[in-house]
Amino acid sequence: MTDSTTGPDQFTGPTPDNALRDADGEARADGPMLAADGTPLKRSLNRALRAQKLRALGLIAPLLIFILVTFIAPIADMLFRSVENQIVSETLPRTVAALDDWDGEGVPGDAAFEALAYDLTIAAEEKNHTRLGSRLNYETTGISSLFRKSGRGVDDIGEVHADAFADLDPLWEEAETWLALMSSEDYIADEAVWRAAKDGTLPPAFELRDGVATALPRTADIFAEFARVIRIEDEDSPATEEPWNIVYRALWSDLRDNPDAAQAFAGGNADLVAAAAAAVPDFPDEDIRAAFLDIDEDWDDHDVWGTIEAFSSTYTSGYFLAAADFQLTPDGIERQPEDQQIYGLLFQRTLFMSLTIMVSCILLGYPIAFLLSNLPLRTSNVLLILVLLPFWTSLLVRTSAWKVLLQQQGVINDTLVWLGLVSDANRLELINNQTGTIIAMTHILLPFMILPLYSVMKTIPPYYVRAAKSLGATDWTAFWRVYFPQSVPGIGAGCILVFILSIGYYITPELVGGTTGTFISNRIAYHISSSLNWGLAAALGSILLAVVLLLYWVYDRIVGIDNVSLG
Amino acid sequence: MASTQNGAAFVAFERVQKSYDGETLVVKDLNLSIAKGEFLTMLGPSGSGKTTCLMMLAGFETATYGEIRLDGREINNIPPHKRGIGMVFQNYALFPHMTVAENLSFPLEVRKIGKADREKKIKRALDMVQMGDFGGRRPAQLSGGQQQRIALARALVFEPELVLMDEPLGALDKQLRETLQFEITNLAHELGITTVYVTHDQTEALTMSDRVAVFDDGRIQQLAAPDELYERPENSFVAQFIGENNTLTGNVKSIDGQRCIVTLDHGEEIDAVPVNVEGVGDRTLVSIRPERVEINPDLGPDAHTLDAEVLEFIYMGDTFRTKLRTAGRDDFIVKTRNRADQVRLKPGEKIKIGWLPQDCRALDA
Repeated sequence: MTDSTTGPDQFTGPTPDNALRDADGEARADGPMLAADGTPLKRSLNRALRAQKLRALGLIAPLLIFILVTFIAPIADMLFRSVENQIVSETLPRTVAALDDWDGEGVPGDAAFEALAYDLTIAAEEKNHTRLGSRLNYETTGISSLFRKSGRGVDDIGEVHADAFADLDPLWEEAETWLALMSSEDYIADEAVWRAAKDGTLPPAFELRDGVATALPRTADIFAEFARVIRIEDEDSPATEEPWNIVYRALWSDLRDNPDAAQAFAGGNADLVAAAAAAVPDFPDEDIRAAFLDIDEDWDDHDVWGTIEAFSSTYTSGYFLAAADFQLTPDGIERQPEDQQIYGLLFQRTLFMSLTIMVSCILLGYPIAFLLSNLPLRTSNVLLILVLLPFWTSLLVRTSAWKVLLQQQGVINDTLVWLGLVSDANRLELINNQTGTIIAMTHILLPFMILPLYSVMKTIPPYYVRAAKSLGATDWTAFWRVYFPQSVPGIGAGCILVFILSIGYYITPELVGGTTGTFISNRIAYHISSSLNWGLAAALGSILLAVVLLLYWVYDRIVGIDNVSLG
Repeated sequence: MASTQNGAAFVAFERVQKSYDGETLVVKDLNLSIAKGEFLTMLGPSGSGKTTCLMMLAGFETATYGEIRLDGREINNIPPHKRGIGMVFQNYALFPHMTVAENLSFPLEVRKIGKADREKKIKRALDMVQMGDFGGRRPAQLSGGQQQRIALARALVFEPELVLMDEPLGALDKQLRETLQFEITNLAHELGITTVYVTHDQTEALTMSDRVAVFDDGRIQQLAAPDELYERPENSFVAQFIGENNTLTGNVKSIDGQRCIVTLDHGEEIDAVPVNVEGVGDRTLVSIRPERVEINPDLGPDAHTLDAEVLEFIYMGDTFRTKLRTAGRDDFIVKTRNRADQVRLKPGEKIKIGWLPQDCRALDA
């Protein structure tokens, strides 16, 4: 068919072909390529692919969710934990606010002690003060016991005032009086209903009476806390219990500041408050600071207050500083004292030993992988099983076996002594030090080097080396210039595997590392399970993660991550 | 064309045997001499021993017995890298981690040739295969044909006197293969290098070579120039392996010098040239090239013809292929040129076929 008059190009009418061609022409002229129906081609394509993408997403969804829940979320939580520090500001909110005005010199003024008395009372009732004590004890030793002791003693603060109010009018000793005075009418009604019912439900949430918060700010605040704690801890209403001593102290100081507080009340309440207000100036004063010093002299210590102040913010760099051998002191960031700088050393040691293990694995694994990949398949399969054999044995058993082999009275030393290579008196120290860790971990991680190497070498066809030889290269040149460069991706993959596995290794260094052969992960485990300083553990873990990512990046820049292959 | 007779051969195999397992011989008593500048092809089916011979020559396999000589020197115990033989591999074997220029530079570097000299030689070699602009590319960025050109340039860049090629065009498409066949032959003759070429593709062997050694079962079945090989095969293997062939079996009825009469198993009698039949009564396999068969021939009264029935008539453009049933076989092929006056047969038609006696060769059965 070469007759040109019948060719499709001769039709000027709207054939589908022509329409498409026109669409193409227009598209090229002004704007995006259009599909046959006039929609942009990109959009049509996206629509066509959407179902496919959704199906793909559906297929990976279970794994994705699993990874998110078990991997991404814990890592995010760990990263968060390493800076999170809400415990101080949540447990001692008033103290933290009061410390804002502190100049950082000596010990803060009475206002801070007063706020501390409120906070500590609430914390002690909720039993939060020991937790806070442990947290601050990471930073300054001794705070834990200080808080524990103060938690017990803080009860007594305000007792003078409680007695004084009781002496003035026994009504002040009655829970009912306080309820009537402090709570809203609605709450009183709800509370009565709840008390009558006695059905085991939680009492209604406490509501303050209007105006109380302005007339008696401290009292209102602490009484509300009292009501809250009673409700949560005892599942009871404030109508059944006499308030804490500190509530009386709050009332005392409020009435002293605002003698006209009674105006905010009506009826009997107003009379009661007015009478109290009149009597307050004659009440005995209680030196709040002396009261605390009475509980524990450490409250006079600048460091204690400095620590509280330094760690009062919601987020802290303290854990990271500690992980880098610095400390956050009241006077700013300081280097840890020489004898306490352990983490830098541990990180260095972890990196150094991981590198040593990696290099040993290359040196031992490369010839094996080379041999395996050049043997007939049947033989190499048998040998490969030998390589994999350790995987079928428990890690713990293998590590323990090394203990037996490496100890001073162990098999290796015995053999060396028997051979006369080592004298009986100078048996080698092969375990509970770095040597032990390196030997045992090289053994354990060796398969992770051999397998990627083997699978990459398996794909290098033998004709490259032949070609090199035919071109005049000696065996060594052919290997070094032609074979080796092609096996580098395998080395890369093996190195990444071995290095990243070893940098976070825990069990083996723990068992054979002694004190000098342990890794940073052992320290992390210690903080997780023994010292319970999770924040520091999280900071150390985050640094480790960052180091690994950094090395990965460096590796990518130098070797190229495309240049990694598992076969 | 070089001949093997004049003086010492450049490459010589003498009574070479090779066994991999100590039980069977892959190469049996090979004797072969190749003249300087000759283009020799080793042709044969897979497993015939041709690649083994090449590998022994290259030094990657050792001969179990016998002597291999290169330029008068015994090379049995010389390692491959000292033989100075260029080699082109089937899979090109270009080093993937080096650029084209680095690939070419490699044989020069290991020979400790200076940088300036190297660059000159690389440029010349690349120009030789028309790949002058590709020095900076990686092998993976090249097409198969381009890779093969580079492999060729790399085998030639250090100016070897002998180049071995192991099915170098096997992975390429037909058109490219034909272009490269032509280029390789030209290059080899221009440079005057001796070439040993291994292939299982007979067209390649016929079009490229000065001489072809047809291998089967570890032996050279016939060593001859391409036309000789095609037109005068010395045994039934060569006849069947090279080109298309019609074969008929029968017994020799009478021999008269360069003529014999064969009684086919089906009863008919035909004329043939006795090639390797011993005497009257021998089993023989008669071979006739499809293009030498004539339809309804006019060969004279005493010529033998066969009755045939057309089974299939295939139009192939330049030729017609007719499948016939004759002498008890239904795979007899006749090839005719597409000429204006050529009769187009129809299936079912009854015809007579015949041929000149000299086109029909009685071979061993």
